[in-house]
Amino acid sequence: MDQTIPLLILALPLCMFLVLGLTGHKMSHKMAGILGTLGMGTALVLAYTTAFTYFFGGNFVDEAGNRLQHIVFNYDWLAFTDNLVIRLGFLLDPISAMMLVVITTISFMVHLYSLGYMHGEKGFQRYYAFLSLFSFSMLGLVVATNIFQMYIFWELVGASSYLLIGFYYTKPSAVSASKKAFIVTRFADLGFLIGILILSFYSNTFDFVTMTQAPGNVLASTGGAVFMGGSVLTWALVLIFMGGMGKSAMMPLHIWLPDAMEGPTPVSALIHAATMVVAGVFLVARMFPVYLVEEVALEIVTWVGALTALYAAIVACTQVDIKRVLAFSTISQIAFMVVSLGVARPELHEGVGYMASMFHLFTHAMFKALLFLGAGALIHAVHSNDFTSMGGLRKHMPITHITFLIGCLAIAGIYPFAGFFSKDEILVAAYSNSMMWGIWMTAVAGLTAFYMFRLYYRIFWWNNPDYSKHHHTPHDAPWTMTLPLILLATVSCVAGFIPFGELVTWNREAYEIHLNYPIAITSVVVALCAIGLATIMYRKENSLPDKVADKVKGLWTAAYHRFYFDELYLFITHKIIFNLVSRPIAWFDRQIIDGTMDKFAEVTNKASEAIKGLQSGRVQSYVLVYLLGALLVGVVTVICMVL
Amino acid sequence: MIEEIFSNILIYFVVIPVLMLAGLALCKNIKQIRAVALVGSIALMALSVYVLVDYLQLRAAGETAQMLYTDSWQWFGPLNIHLAVGVDGISIAMLLLSAIILFTGTFASWKIDPMPKEFFLWLILLSTGVFGFFISIDLFTMFMFYEVALIPMYLLIGVWGSGKKNYSAMKLTLMLMGGSAFLMLGLIGIYYHSAPEGGQLTWNLIEISQNNAIDRDWQYFLFPMTFVGFGVLGAMFPFHTWSPDGHASAPTAVSMLHAGVLMKLGGYGCFRVAIYLMPEAANDLAWIFLILTGISVVYGAFSACVQTDLKYINAYSSVSHCGLVLFAILMLNTTAMTGAIMQMLSHGLMTALFFALIGMIYGRTHTRDIREMGGLMKIMPFLAVCYVIAGMASLGLPGLSGFVAEMTIFVGSFQHTDMFHRVFTIVACCSIVITAVYILRVVGKLLFGPVQDEHHLQLTDATWWERFSTVSLIICVAAIGCFPGFFSDLISFTFSENIFKVLGIN
Repeated sequence: MDQTIPLLILALPLCMFLVLGLTGHKMSHKMAGILGTLGMGTALVLAYTTAFTYFFGGNFVDEAGNRLQHIVFNYDWLAFTDNLVIRLGFLLDPISAMMLVVITTISFMVHLYSLGYMHGEKGFQRYYAFLSLFSFSMLGLVVATNIFQMYIFWELVGASSYLLIGFYYTKPSAVSASKKAFIVTRFADLGFLIGILILSFYSNTFDFVTMTQAPGNVLASTGGAVFMGGSVLTWALVLIFMGGMGKSAMMPLHIWLPDAMEGPTPVSALIHAATMVVAGVFLVARMFPVYLVEEVALEIVTWVGALTALYAAIVACTQVDIKRVLAFSTISQIAFMVVSLGVARPELHEGVGYMASMFHLFTHAMFKALLFLGAGALIHAVHSNDFTSMGGLRKHMPITHITFLIGCLAIAGIYPFAGFFSKDEILVAAYSNSMMWGIWMTAVAGLTAFYMFRLYYRIFWWNNPDYSKHHHTPHDAPWTMTLPLILLATVSCVAGFIPFGELVTWNREAYEIHLNYPIAITSVVVALCAIGLATIMYRKENSLPDKVADKVKGLWTAAYHRFYFDELYLFITHKIIFNLVSRPIAWFDRQIIDGTMDKFAEVTNKASEAIKGLQSGRVQSYVLVYLLGALLVGVVTVICMVL
Repeated sequence: MIEEIFSNILIYFVVIPVLMLAGLALCKNIKQIRAVALVGSIALMALSVYVLVDYLQLRAAGETAQMLYTDSWQWFGPLNIHLAVGVDGISIAMLLLSAIILFTGTFASWKIDPMPKEFFLWLILLSTGVFGFFISIDLFTMFMFYEVALIPMYLLIGVWGSGKKNYSAMKLTLMLMGGSAFLMLGLIGIYYHSAPEGGQLTWNLIEISQNNAIDRDWQYFLFPMTFVGFGVLGAMFPFHTWSPDGHASAPTAVSMLHAGVLMKLGGYGCFRVAIYLMPEAANDLAWIFLILTGISVVYGAFSACVQTDLKYINAYSSVSHCGLVLFAILMLNTTAMTGAIMQMLSHGLMTALFFALIGMIYGRTHTRDIREMGGLMKIMPFLAVCYVIAGMASLGLPGLSGFVAEMTIFVGSFQHTDMFHRVFTIVACCSIVITAVYILRVVGKLLFGPVQDEHHLQLTDATWWERFSTVSLIICVAAIGCFPGFFSDLISFTFSENIFKVLGIN
C-alpha cells in the first residue's frame, strides 16, 4: 500500500494541533473551528479509504483467505540495542483498520458538534488544538507496530486527556479532576512500563508481529522463570494489563473516570466514552495471542472485568448526575469487552469472545458517543447536569429525545439496535466459557437496561417542571449539534448488521456469525423486564423509587458514594503518600542529613572558637606561656637529673 | 608553541570566554555588557555547532580514534602536567549544552541589578571553567578548570542572591570544596599509579587508561574517592543538601548555569574519570553507589512533593533526575550509560528552563511560595504555557527530552543480567509516578484555579528577551525529544567495549 495516505492520516491532526496551538490566538473562533473540523474531515475520508482498501481491496488476504497484517511503514526512531528498537510505524490489520474508522468518525462528529456546543467559549482555539492532539495520539496508538510505540502514544493520549479534562482551568474541580486522571493513569502506566521491560528483557523484541506470530517463543524465552509464585510471563502480561486497567477505568483504577466528566461534554463523548477508554481493551486484543499462552493472565482479566461490570452497573443505578450515570455505564460496558476477551479461547466457537469484544467496542463507541452528545445537548439546554432539574423534556427537544431513546435501546441490547448483536456475541462467549460468567453478564446486561431507562424516564418523562424561570425554555440545539446526533443514531440502528465475523477475528480468519437463539431471547427478555421495571418506577413522578431506596438503604448509600473508592484514594494519597512518606522524608532531609552537615560546620566553628584564644596577639600572654613553658622544661630537666 | 596552540580549534572554547572577560572589563554601561555577553555566547554556540558538524564529518569519513582534535602541550615539566585537549561526542554535546545555557542565561540576566558588570565577569569566569573542563583530557588541568567553575559561585550567590544567601553560598561552597578534597586525593593517587613501574607518570586520561597500571587494591581506594568527589557535585545522596539551599538563594542565571551545566560536571567526571580509569573497582563497587543513587532518585522525588517554594521543588527534582544520571552510569552497560548522558542533556535544558521561568515569575510576584499564587495562566499565559511544557518534559511526556532519556535508562538498566540491578531499576521507575505528582501539584496550584492575589492581576506577561530565552530552550528540549536517535548515536560511540574496559568485564 502507498505510504502517503496512512502518513497523512497521522500528519493531518498533528499539523492541526501545531497550527492551532501556535497561531490559534491570532485566529477567529470560526476560522479555528472550521480549520480543525476540515482537517479531521479529511483524515476521516482518508481513514475510510484505507479501511475500505484493507477490508475489501482484496490485496490483504493470503491464499487461505485469511487477512494479513500489513506494515505500511516502520521508521527507526531510537535504537536501544540491536534488537530493541523503537520504531514509528503503521500496522494495518483488522483491528487497527476498524479503530481508524471508529476514531475518525467519533472525532469528526465531536469536532462538528463542538462548533455549536463550545460556541463563544474562551479558549475555543485551544480546545480545537487539544482535540487534534488527542486524535493524533489516539490514531498513533492504534496503528502502533511495536509495544513501545504504543506506550509513547499511550502517554500522549493521557496528556491530551489531562489537558482536555482541565480545559476550564479556573474551576478548581476541573483542575483536581485532571490531576487525578493523570496520576491514576500514570500509576497504571508504571505497571505497563515494567511489563514492557520484563517482556522485552525475555523476548528481546518490542515488535507486535514478531511477538504474536510465534507467542510460544516468548514463553520459551523466559525459560520457565518464576517470580513470587507466578511465571514471569504472567507477571509481565498482568502488569501490561494494569496499564490497560488504568486507561480503561477498570476497578480499582476507575476512580478518575467519573471525575473526568468535569471536562466539556463533547470531550467526554470522544475520549471518555468512545476512544481513549477502550485503549486497554485494544491493548489486550493486540497482544491476545501472547495472552493465550498464559491462561492465568486471561483468568485475571476476566475477573477484573466481571467485577467492574457489576460494580459500575450498581453504582450507575444510584447516580443523579447524567454524565456520571453515563460514565459508570461506560465503565460497565468496557468491562463487558474486557470480560469478552478474558473468556475467549480459540477452541470455544472459534474464539468468538475476541470478535465480540471488538464488535462491542465498535457499536458501543457509536451509541455511547450518541448518548454523551445527547447529554451535552440537554445540559446545553437546561444548564444543569442533574436530572433532578430535568423532566418532561420530550416535548421541548424532540430530536434529542428520539436519538437519546435510540441510544438507550441500543445499549440495553434490544433487537435490532447495534448493542443487541454485539452484546449477544459477548454472552455467547461468556456462556461457552462457563455458566457462571454467562449468568453474571446477563444479570449485568439487565441492570444496564434498568439504569439507562431510569435515566431516560427521569430526563424525558417523570414530571413537567416549570422551565419559565430559565431565561429561555429548553429547545433543540443548532444543526451542528443535532446533525451528529442524527448520524450517530442512524449508525446505532444499523451497525449491528455489519458482518463483523468476516472482518475482525482473533486469527484474522473469516467466519459467519450465527444468532444463538436461546441466549439472544433470554437476554432480550431480561432487558425488557428491566425496562418494564424502570417504566413502572420512573415514568410518572411517584414515591416508589424513594421507598425502594429506603428498603435497601445500606446498599443504596454505599452505591451512591461509589462504595467509597474515592475516599480510599484520598486516604492513600493524602494520609499515606503525603503525610506518612513525603513529609517524613522531607523532615529527615532537612533535620538529619542537612543537620549533620550543619553540625559539621558548627563543630568546626566551635573548635576554632575554642582555640583562637591561643593566638590573641597579646605579647604579655605569649611571654607568660613562654615563661611557664620554660619553667616546665626546667622542672622536668631537674627531675630527670635528680632521678 | 603559541601558534601551535591556537591552531587547535578546541582551545577557542577557553579563548572566547577569556576575551569576553577582557571585553567586559572595558565596558562602560549595561548595553555594552549585554552586547559582549551576547556576542560571546553566540560565538561559543556557533563554535560548538561547527565542532559538532566537523566531528560528524570526520566520523563519517572513518575516523575511529577515541578522541578527536587531540593535542597536548607541556605546562609544568617536573610533574608532567600538560594542557591536553580532545573531545568525543559526549564532550561536544556537553559543550553545546553549556553554550546554549550560557546564551539563554544571558537573556535571563538582561536586567540584573546591581553591578551588572561584576555579575557578568563572574558568570563568564564560571563558564570558562566549564568549557575548559569539558575540553580537557589531562586530569590536572581538568581539576583546575573544575575549581575555576566552582569558586565564582560563592560570590554570585553571596552578592546577587536572595533569602539566606550568605548561609547558602557558604554551605554550597564548603560542601563542594569538601568533594574537591576527596577528588584531589583521588587524582593524585591516580597520577602516582598512572604508569607501570619505571614508566613516565602521566595525568593524561587516555594514556592512563592504556597503561592500565592501577592495581585492583588501589582502585578500591581511588574509585570511591573520585566517584564521591564528583558525586557531590552530581547531588548524590547524602551529599545533596547544598543543592536546595544553593538553588533557592542563587540568582536566576546562576541557578540555570549551576543546575543546567555545573551539576553535569559531576556526572561527566564520574564516568570520564572514575569509571573509565578504574574499571575493575567500578565493576565490583558499583552496587554500593547504585543503592545510594537509587535512593536519590526516589527520595528526591518524594521530598519535592511537599515543598512549597518553587525553587526547592525544582532543586529536589534535580536531586531525583541527577540521581538517575549516576544510577544509569553505574549500570555499566552501553544503553544505560547512553541514557545517562541523554538525561544530562535533557535535565540541563529542562531545569534551566524551569529556573528561568521561576526567575521570571518571582521577578513579577516577588514570591516563590506556591500557596501565595494561583491562576497565573490567566495573567501571564505565555510564561504559564512554557511552565506547563517544562513540567511535561520533566514528567517524561513523549516528544520532549525527558521521555527518551528516561526510557533509554530504564530499558538499558533492565537489560542487566543481574536480578539485583533489575529490581533496583523497577524502584527507580517508580519515580515517574512521583514526578507526575509533584509536577501536577505545582502546575495545578500555581497556574490553574482562581487567582489568589488581587495584586497579581496587574502583572504583565513575558518581555521579548524572556520569550526568546524560553522559546530557545523549549526548541532544544523538543529537538532531543523528537530526534533522539541522532543524540543517542553521537553518545553511544564512546561507550564501546574497546574504550570502556568495564563494559567488557560482564
